[in-house]
Amino acid sequence: MFRQLRPAITMVIAITVLTGFIYPFVITGIAQTLFPKQANGSLIRWNGHIVGSKLIGQNFTGPMWFHPRPSAAGNGYNATQSGGSNLGPTNRALIDRIKQSTEQYRKENGLPPGAPIPADAVTESASGLDPDISPANADLQATRIAKARGLPSATVNRLIAQHTQQRTLGFLGEPRVNVLELNLELARVAINKRR
Amino acid sequence: MTINGVLQILIFFLVILLVTKPMGAYMTRVFSGGRTWLDPIFRRVERLFYRLCGVDPDQDMRWTTYAYSLLMFSAVGLLLSYALLRLQGYLPLNPQHFGAKQMTPDLAFNTAASFTSNTNWQSYSPETTVSYFSNMVSLAIHNWMSAAVGLAVAIALVRGLARRSAQGIGNFWVDITRATLYVLLPICLVYALFLVWQGVPQNFSHYIQATTMEGPKQTIAQGPVASQEAIKMLGTNGGGFFNANSAHPYENPTPLSNFIEMLSIFLIPAGLTYTFGKMVGNTRQGWALFAAMSVLFLAGAFTCYHFEQAGNPNVARLGIETHSTSNQPGGNMEGKEVRFGIADSALFATITTDASCGAVNSMHDSFTPFGGLVPLFNMMTGEVIFGGVGAGLYGMLIFAILAVFIAGLMVGRTPEYVGKKIEQYEVKMATLIVLILAADILCFTALSTNFKLPPGKNSETITSADLGAGKKLAATPATWNRVDGSNPPVYEGATWNNTHNPGAHGFSEILYAYTSAAGNNGSAFAGLTTDTPYYNLTMGLAMLIGRFLMIVPVLAIAGSLAAKKYVPVSAGTFPTDSGTFVALLIGVVIIVSALTFFPALALGPIVEHLQMLQGAMF
Repeated sequence: MFRQLRPAITMVIAITVLTGFIYPFVITGIAQTLFPKQANGSLIRWNGHIVGSKLIGQNFTGPMWFHPRPSAAGNGYNATQSGGSNLGPTNRALIDRIKQSTEQYRKENGLPPGAPIPADAVTESASGLDPDISPANADLQATRIAKARGLPSATVNRLIAQHTQQRTLGFLGEPRVNVLELNLELARVAINKRR
Repeated sequence: MTINGVLQILIFFLVILLVTKPMGAYMTRVFSGGRTWLDPIFRRVERLFYRLCGVDPDQDMRWTTYAYSLLMFSAVGLLLSYALLRLQGYLPLNPQHFGAKQMTPDLAFNTAASFTSNTNWQSYSPETTVSYFSNMVSLAIHNWMSAAVGLAVAIALVRGLARRSAQGIGNFWVDITRATLYVLLPICLVYALFLVWQGVPQNFSHYIQATTMEGPKQTIAQGPVASQEAIKMLGTNGGGFFNANSAHPYENPTPLSNFIEMLSIFLIPAGLTYTFGKMVGNTRQGWALFAAMSVLFLAGAFTCYHFEQAGNPNVARLGIETHSTSNQPGGNMEGKEVRFGIADSALFATITTDASCGAVNSMHDSFTPFGGLVPLFNMMTGEVIFGGVGAGLYGMLIFAILAVFIAGLMVGRTPEYVGKKIEQYEVKMATLIVLILAADILCFTALSTNFKLPPGKNSETITSADLGAGKKLAATPATWNRVDGSNPPVYEGATWNNTHNPGAHGFSEILYAYTSAAGNNGSAFAGLTTDTPYYNLTMGLAMLIGRFLMIVPVLAIAGSLAAKKYVPVSAGTFPTDSGTFVALLIGVVIIVSALTFFPALALGPIVEHLQMLQGAMF
């Protein structure tokens, strides 16, 4: 009866050593050598200190910045509590929240009542850390930002176009704009202007 | 639906079609003991494994020994994980200092059962509960071991069909060793590095403190993510490093990483259909299973995509774009990521539930009712549409046995499948498997939606205010929930207040949870709070039943078939490599699942769909 007990125990230990220790440490070693930036979280530095990660969305609320999507991670963009709202399609809480976000979005960006809004602008992402918005969402915010920063609209639109990532290989995923990178570009333009 | 979305689904399918034969042929060599190009590297490691474990690789096991070894192996792994999870506070690689306080006994049981059974249901939120050590060792080892076990069972069943008048069905220890060394490990080594290149972190540092552009601090969770992500997908495990799973930009940063992650879910299960055909000496038999799986897969993917792109009329009424244009995705974007949009999210949801993976790149709880019905129904088929690593093939072979049995009844002949007579014993076991899955799902769901017992004498009361203080919702006989503000006080049992959504959707959450547990999937309608003793224990049981009570009858069939003589093809043989058989097999899968689960589905997503169309809200 217990003849298979020894292999059961030793096999679990052997596989644990191989896949639980050797494998991840080997991968870490190679990854840190070949792709140190990505392996350490694609962090972005600004004036020497870390302002975030290229891949992790963060909140922007001021009128001079592009705003990300609403977030359900913690109190919004908490990168230790990723997750979505998990509200179902017939939940009044979902519809009320979207209604409120929509009205706020129209007001902030000077849009007339009833103006169509891109879905991503008023829905919460799955991770709560979505770093991207759709190009349509960015376009609708451009006028507000140009006004707040005293920039010509054309400049802001050019920056959006420059930072729009098209579908990978022409067919994978969706076109998108990385909010943090675009906002850093805005900050850079502002500094250059002052000089 | 957009042309580009349809194209993405079709290109994905095309790539699966292309990799099936090479992957299947390679696995045939691995499990027939043949030489592979990796022999110079891994042959010595393999021999070392046998020496350490005292295994005679030439010993051929009867099905009972095979099953016994498998159960022992899994039991040891289960206990080890339970112990390591409870002890994580004393173990290294724990920069955030998580301990047993986070990993309570019921949660540790649920988690250990979940990973041992290839389910990877996560009642916990990883970023705030488990250390790097727990993720990397205590949990990830099961991503390897349970995948190897699944492969072993599938190969054992195929041997049962392929061998003639044989006593044994192979050697369990050899099968899992070779599965790990020659199939899983080499792919993961390359795959993990690909993921890092795409942006998945691989480090052991503290969580990063960032000062955002507007000033507030942001703490960003880190860890050895890529190494675990690779085996999580390839082994159809699905247990995420982060709470948001493959929706988290650190787990799945780009559309390309997303495509490869989807591919890696189906890679081994699709390849196994070819391995099956090759081992029974007629590759058309394998392609027939592949064809049946493909039809069911594409039907599910397009259905899900259609309903998600059509979106939620209650939202559209507010002036939200639901049509896709060139610069925004439209559709139901709640719980979806911009980089994936609607098509990739619907496709991922279909794939992850066709297989027993359970990783998610969007939140299924926020899907439209019929969009969410597709993943639910996929799991209810027993995950035989390509299915989990190994589990998909043996599940579909069980349906094939039922299909030839039904065909045999129609013409009044003893059914045969790939040269083996299918008799009473095999049909009994196959029926048992179908019944266990149905009972596992429906009994637990029924219990959980009706669980209202009066509180006992010493019952402690939990109110919503207590939850803020970190108390768990009631579930043991000693703790009960008091419904807030009720006067006279109303007490409710285990499941009160655990659903996140009211109405039919709340029922769907519970149904989804037990379907996912019993089917060893691990995806969730994640609004449901399951980190309570009641859910942790019942779901842990549902997972173990759904895994091991299925595997034993499968191995019994393997043993019984192996002992049988080969029956040559005659004029009366029903050809199981024909289009007729493919249609019959699809019919059997759909009819068995639909008949069993239609009433439950009617109470959940179907009624919710009708409510949504009428504009009803809860």
